[in-house]
Amino acid sequence: MNKHHRVPSNRTLSSVEVKSKFGAEFRRFSLDRSKPGRFDEFYGLLQHVHRIPNVDLLVGYADVHGDLLPINNNDNYHKAISVASPLLRLFLQRKEEADYSAFGTDSLTRPKKTVLAAVLLRPDANRKKPPVIISLPRDFRPVSSIIDVDILPETHRRVRLYKHGQEKPLGFYIRDGSSVRVTPQGLEKVPGIFISRMVPGGLAESTGLLAVNDEVLEVNGIEVQGKSLDQVTDMMIANSHNLIVTVKPANQRNNIIRSSGGGGGAASGSSGRSSDSGASFYGYFTPGAAIVTTPAHIIQNFHPEELESDEDDEDLVIEADGEALPIPRAASASCSMPSLPRYEPHLNLRSTANGDLASSTGSLSTVSTPDRGLEGRSLEEDGTLITL
Amino acid sequence: MKRFRRHGQESHRDRIKQELYGFNKTVEHGFPHQPSALVFSPSLQLLAIGTRSGAIKLYGAPGVEFMGLHDENAAVTQVHFLPQQVDLVTLLDDNSLHMWTLRAHHGVSELLETGRFTLTGPPGAPPSVTRVTAVLTHSSGDMLFLGTEGGHVFVVEVPGFRELEERNISLENVTNSLPEDYGGRRILEHVESLQENPVNPLQVLIGYGRGIMVIWDLERHSAVKHIPATQQLESVWWTEDGGHVLSSHSDGSYCRWMVAGEGTQSEPEKSEVPYGHFPCKAISKIIQLPTEQGPPFLFLSGGMPRASYGDRHCISVIHSKTHVALDFTSRIIDFFVIRDGPDHTGDPSALVVLVEEELVVIDLQTEGWPVIQTPYLVPLHCSAITCSHHVSAIPLKMWERVLSAGALQNTHYSKKPWPITGGQNLSPDAPQRDLLLTGHEDGTVRFWDASGVCLYPMYKLSTAGVFLTDAEPNDNMNQCTEGEWPPFRKVGCFDPYSDDPRLGVQKIHLCKYSGYLTVAGTAGQILVLELNDEAAEQTVEATVADLLQGQESFRWKGHTRLEVREEPVTFPPGFQPFALVQCQPPAVVTALTLHSEWKLVTFGTSHGFGLYDYQQKSNVLVRCTLNPSDQLAMEGPLSRVKSIKKSLRQSFRRIRRSRVSLRKHHVNSAAKVQEANARLEAELAEMELAPVQRKIEARSSDDSFTGLVRTLYFADTFLSDSSHHTPSLWAGTNGGSVFAYQLRLPPVERRSEDPVSAHPAKEIQLMHRAPVVGIVVLDGHGSPLPEPLEVAHDLARSADMQGCHQLLVISEEQFKVFTLPKVSAKMKLKLTAIDGSRVRRVGVAWFGSSRSEDYGESGLTVLTNQGDLHVVSLPGVKLQVQYPCIRREDVSGIASCVFTKHGQGFYLISPSEFERFSLSARCVVEPRSLVEVPSQTPGTTLPRAQPDGPSVAHRNSTRDTDDVAVLQEIQKSLEGYQPTFLENNVKSALAGGKVLTNGD
Repeated sequence: MNKHHRVPSNRTLSSVEVKSKFGAEFRRFSLDRSKPGRFDEFYGLLQHVHRIPNVDLLVGYADVHGDLLPINNNDNYHKAISVASPLLRLFLQRKEEADYSAFGTDSLTRPKKTVLAAVLLRPDANRKKPPVIISLPRDFRPVSSIIDVDILPETHRRVRLYKHGQEKPLGFYIRDGSSVRVTPQGLEKVPGIFISRMVPGGLAESTGLLAVNDEVLEVNGIEVQGKSLDQVTDMMIANSHNLIVTVKPANQRNNIIRSSGGGGGAASGSSGRSSDSGASFYGYFTPGAAIVTTPAHIIQNFHPEELESDEDDEDLVIEADGEALPIPRAASASCSMPSLPRYEPHLNLRSTANGDLASSTGSLSTVSTPDRGLEGRSLEEDGTLITL
Repeated sequence: MKRFRRHGQESHRDRIKQELYGFNKTVEHGFPHQPSALVFSPSLQLLAIGTRSGAIKLYGAPGVEFMGLHDENAAVTQVHFLPQQVDLVTLLDDNSLHMWTLRAHHGVSELLETGRFTLTGPPGAPPSVTRVTAVLTHSSGDMLFLGTEGGHVFVVEVPGFRELEERNISLENVTNSLPEDYGGRRILEHVESLQENPVNPLQVLIGYGRGIMVIWDLERHSAVKHIPATQQLESVWWTEDGGHVLSSHSDGSYCRWMVAGEGTQSEPEKSEVPYGHFPCKAISKIIQLPTEQGPPFLFLSGGMPRASYGDRHCISVIHSKTHVALDFTSRIIDFFVIRDGPDHTGDPSALVVLVEEELVVIDLQTEGWPVIQTPYLVPLHCSAITCSHHVSAIPLKMWERVLSAGALQNTHYSKKPWPITGGQNLSPDAPQRDLLLTGHEDGTVRFWDASGVCLYPMYKLSTAGVFLTDAEPNDNMNQCTEGEWPPFRKVGCFDPYSDDPRLGVQKIHLCKYSGYLTVAGTAGQILVLELNDEAAEQTVEATVADLLQGQESFRWKGHTRLEVREEPVTFPPGFQPFALVQCQPPAVVTALTLHSEWKLVTFGTSHGFGLYDYQQKSNVLVRCTLNPSDQLAMEGPLSRVKSIKKSLRQSFRRIRRSRVSLRKHHVNSAAKVQEANARLEAELAEMELAPVQRKIEARSSDDSFTGLVRTLYFADTFLSDSSHHTPSLWAGTNGGSVFAYQLRLPPVERRSEDPVSAHPAKEIQLMHRAPVVGIVVLDGHGSPLPEPLEVAHDLARSADMQGCHQLLVISEEQFKVFTLPKVSAKMKLKLTAIDGSRVRRVGVAWFGSSRSEDYGESGLTVLTNQGDLHVVSLPGVKLQVQYPCIRREDVSGIASCVFTKHGQGFYLISPSEFERFSLSARCVVEPRSLVEVPSQTPGTTLPRAQPDGPSVAHRNSTRDTDDVAVLQEIQKSLEGYQPTFLENNVKSALAGGKVLTNGD
């Protein structure tokens, strides 16, 4: 009851009280709720108030449920400001020391051990590391996605499989078959290509977006009608590093329901199976459920323009001294990004050995040297060439 | 505005494309697959062959060729020329008759189908009544006599195909005329033969299957004479003077019957079984021809003693005391005899025999009856073709040396010119001398003159002499011994039996300037040969190249290495081997290139590649490309078959074992058995019902045969820095890897002493890992580097070494251009990702514009696994044109394709035929020939002597049909024009199609 009274009063004040914790230190300051500014400004402010100008930070806040949620872009920063009641409690961590497991929304499943407690207990060395490190969304590598929802008929689904840099096999088989089409002459049986089998544990199966007996309509934007099974096979293999298949799912019950109001543009959905692998970075939910995130929002984190570029361009060239380099291209810096985040934790861990200074002063050099070393190491391990 | 301009540029480019590219299938080289009929027109001097696939091919003088294809996919069973005309009639397996004519069009004759006809019997009659078994084209040129299975003879007017019902000779007419004593008028069976009296066109002999022959008077419409042969009839020949009839029979006998006198002759004048005593096979055809002085020639096909020689394919030629049984290596289809003289009525000059696999022509006027070499219809497949290599623009000197080497091999051929001389060859002389080299299963390499329409054999090289094989090279089996009976003589060169499959030739590379040739085979052997005009005796030194490089874990399970002859071998003039490399393991050589300027040969197998210095006869480099986990590459081609068998056997055993074990446990628990049974059944059902499915998986480095070397390339380019160009070697593998080596060659004066060295310079792993099928370095102008010695001979512009070189890597999926010396991706064309087709064959070609003499472009000619041809521009790697060429199911046709340097190509349409095609609008080799209607002088109207009396009657008979003829003429003109229109339509449609494809 008491809280209830205080909330409106705070709003009238139109300022948000911030309590920021970094290590053992606390800083308190306030922000204008109506004009929160941009995330990078906020980030700079945090570094300033804590006097840690060159430390890479992970910023988290405690939401109303007590979950620790990240702040790393304008949207979630604004969200954090707007829901703060009355106090916005921030938890800053060095990025290289970050405990990603602390973040999460599944407070219901872990009611006892609250996230806040986890954060506070984190420096404790006795604590076992969780087996799976869940990083921030921008550190995720996309594995699959549903795309072009707004331009495709509702009965079709365009699925993108990101084989790139992935150990998992694509893992599906296709076959010849026949499908019924509506033509001006009436219903007609036409030959088609269908998914015939899924390899358990393969990429295709783990996404849950493709299923046996789905009809393949397009491969990377090219219609398969009139093409032989072998041709379609070759097309898929040729595109295997960035395969986009448009299918007509055999099971039409999980189709994407487009919001007729058109507010959010496109809704997302999937033929929900399990969401344990986290393979598809879209939220899983049954049709009609509330929209958790907008797809456009998340894709932004992954720089769609980079993903559009041909990742298979990165042929590996070994010069005479045996040094391996990916083939440089005009856009190589941005293009190699999707593969880099995998190694980033390791790289940064290594650079911390040199102290804060090294990681802060020459970020360029730290990126390039371990990169080369890493590739050299992979080569030794396999005895075969590794491509990125 | 911008859009408008771009549109203009596009149409400009389209016009250039039209001037550069054009697709034509121009001519079929070689021997038609499965020939089924043969005929010769003495007046036209043209030979016609029908095939089981419904093709009809006409050949005259060398270069005069025509081809037609029946729409029906039925075998051609008979072909007949209409006497003194340019028309011919074909009878197909489906009982339809077709009229073809040679029509001159813009000064060039074309073979066109002008009409078709199927005999219709009376309603309700069985089909056998109208099933045609014998065809006679009457010497008047306007009538066809069609003998049928039912024993009737139908008369049809040609070329319009109008049935002349009143002239039909029905079986009833004949049987009624038969004398009562002839076997109680047994059924006569089908009409086996129809022959016209050579001296009286009004008399026709009808030979029935049962044996009886009836001479029928066409005017009186009655039988003149009966010849009561008692054996099953095979063929009939009416001698030229009209006095005798020869009949051949199924028991291997032939009879001579007098024609003179009316009524029935009970006994033949002469009856003989030439290879008698024991039962003989049928004599399927008999011909007797007179000579000016002396005894006649008698030709018999077949008739061999059934038990001892029943499997031989023989034609016996008997002339005076000479009797030879020509023994062919394949089944005899038909034969005819060419005669001397202006009217082709003189002495027999040549016997032409069509057997299933070749055409053999025997010179009958030279002592010993030698064979005349055929200028066309050559059996390309005398041993199966295993690979081919084309070399354009051979220098004259080299050409003459190969020709003279070949001439020494052909001394056993007759010196007489080719006896078939019809038509005029109007095609222009070939612009250059082109060689097509074919490698064969028996270790031979044949050199063909591929400059023009005729693929003419020039020279044959055998590599078997270097090795010790089971069979002795000098096989004496075919030498006939004195006094042998029948007097066999082996003729023809078709010999499909290979002594040792390891000898098979897999790759060939010829340097046309230096005369160095390298030939690689199935057992990892690489021979280097040099053209020598003198015979030489030498030992061939063998060098072993261990491609495994000490990887002990592998064990080769395939065939062994060929054993090399230790002692010196005498090699005849021509290409003589002087160096030999043997790969270890002895796997099939998959890539081969020779650089005559550097005197280096590079070769690759599924295990790696090597570089051999043939000046110093030593290995420079051996590189293993094998993936350590690729066990499959180690199993030889033979053991793989075995392993499949083994795995099958194992799986069967497993099933049996499980059943046995089920039985054992039967007592224990019935439920378990049921469960297991159900599982087994489910498994079996899955095995049977599983549809064809394809796995979608990215290629990985662990795939099999990634180490197989697909292409090797020498280039003088900027490999390590942009200021110095050096010799380099490039290798591409099945796993999408490219290896580049920098070569250091000693200066010319120290070339034979100082070693050549190779240093690894670069390795490129293509991300998509598709097999690398071609590597080309483009010079500063973006054009491919010239061939070795090409510049030295002033035949090519030297490469531009100022600008930046580029590396073009062609994989099965993509064309990719990289900069040099720093390898960075520049441009690419993704073929597979777009249309699902993969590159099977690729060549570099120069396309000259058909309009302006001095404009041309370099391009890549590409054949995909879908059988489509593409031209890809250089250096921009853009698709220019696309033409469907080969059916995608025709895997061997696609695999056999070879491109020329000027935008033409060859591929096998059957084991024995090359189809020649052209992608260039300028460079087209196609037959252009003219056949004129023979002049209608009275002396030559009838080839055989003019009849004295009945010619009046003949004229009467034509007068009867005079008005009919007028109608006929109209009908003919109507029918005749229609196909021309159709033809034009088709052509314009095709042209339209081309424009469309050009415009993409």
